[in-house]
Amino acid sequence: MSHIRKQSEYEKTFASKFFQWLGGEKDSFTGNMEMRPQKEYMEEEATIEERMKDRQQALAEVYDSVHNKELLFFNKLYKCFSIVFCIAIVAVLIYTVSYLPSVGAEDKPTNNIVSDTYITNGLEDTGAVNIVTGMILSYRAFDTFGETNVLFIATCCVMIMLMVDEKELSKNKDSNDRIFEPKNDAILQVIATLLVPIVFLFGIYIILNGHLSPGGGFSGGAMIGAGMILYVAAFGFEKTGRFFNENVYKCVKVTALICYGCIVTYYFLTGANGFESLIPLGTPGKILSGGITLPINIFVGSEVACTMYAFYALFRRGGL
Amino acid sequence: MEIFNAILLGFLVICAVSVSFSKNLLNSILIFMSYSLIMSIIWILLESPDLAITEAAVGAGVTSILFFVTLKKIHALQQEAKEDDTDEPYPKTK
Repeated sequence: MSHIRKQSEYEKTFASKFFQWLGGEKDSFTGNMEMRPQKEYMEEEATIEERMKDRQQALAEVYDSVHNKELLFFNKLYKCFSIVFCIAIVAVLIYTVSYLPSVGAEDKPTNNIVSDTYITNGLEDTGAVNIVTGMILSYRAFDTFGETNVLFIATCCVMIMLMVDEKELSKNKDSNDRIFEPKNDAILQVIATLLVPIVFLFGIYIILNGHLSPGGGFSGGAMIGAGMILYVAAFGFEKTGRFFNENVYKCVKVTALICYGCIVTYYFLTGANGFESLIPLGTPGKILSGGITLPINIFVGSEVACTMYAFYALFRRGGL
Repeated sequence: MEIFNAILLGFLVICAVSVSFSKNLLNSILIFMSYSLIMSIIWILLESPDLAITEAAVGAGVTSILFFVTLKKIHALQQEAKEDDTDEPYPKTK
């Protein structure tokens, strides 16, 4: 038998407080923390005059590059020291380079068992013809997962700094510089209608063929993102809003990251404990092969494409 | 092929130096773009086409566009246009 709790009883529980905090109804800091109301900074006239006088004096006496001998001496010293510093750094770097092993030498430390193993066992282990992508996304999948997280965090930081509220955006239109520029540029639009489908197709081809031919998730995603930027530059944000807005962005990005994390975790758990992986490797050379390489390529590609477009949109008008 | 490689590397050094010596910000970005383009050709010559694709898309494409947008946001491009208007090419004679 379950019973419905009373509202007053529910409000005391941790869950209700948490959801209130999550929804922004309650700020847990108000009342618990000492807070002072912020005052607008006002400068008195006397201090302004004094500051201006100081500035004039400094300009006239200290920065007088003709008569001030100390300044002249310092300028010469600065130039000399900068040259000496540059030469010293170049000398140190060249000296270090002379100790590096020559290109292609057999006793190079990079000629070790790791690269040999990757080259000989790569196709067998990962099922990917393109060894580079197979290595990045299977042997070093956790590395790449970290890189994808870096992209995610970078867009989060750009959002925190540049995101403008939708109401604010309509209020002061100066921040949106797209309003002031000539729209419907005919040349740009014709070129964009010709180029954008090709760019998208090529990007998708590179992502889907990442385990067979050069390329992979990152390159293909960057290409699709660049194509989207071209489309936005030609047709404006209203048209892209039809197929790519903030909700789509959130869904795609979070889904891609979570799926990627799950696949990598599963792959490593089965691999480390010697279990049989349920993901088939397939016959090398076909599109549906390569084990986890193909799905991870798709997730990385969508993540990168979203990141590229989001950077542009946030820089441009402070919103997606 | 050796000569072609050397020419490209020379271009790379020239681009890298002239980015820092160019007074005009717009020119700097354009030189930076050409730097990335040459770099992507060099990646192809070094037999790593996947890096070449990434370099062309990210280095020459997206990064330069972000630089352009930033310059426009801080009104650096418009200011230069204004300065060009006010600076008369030939000083007036009395």
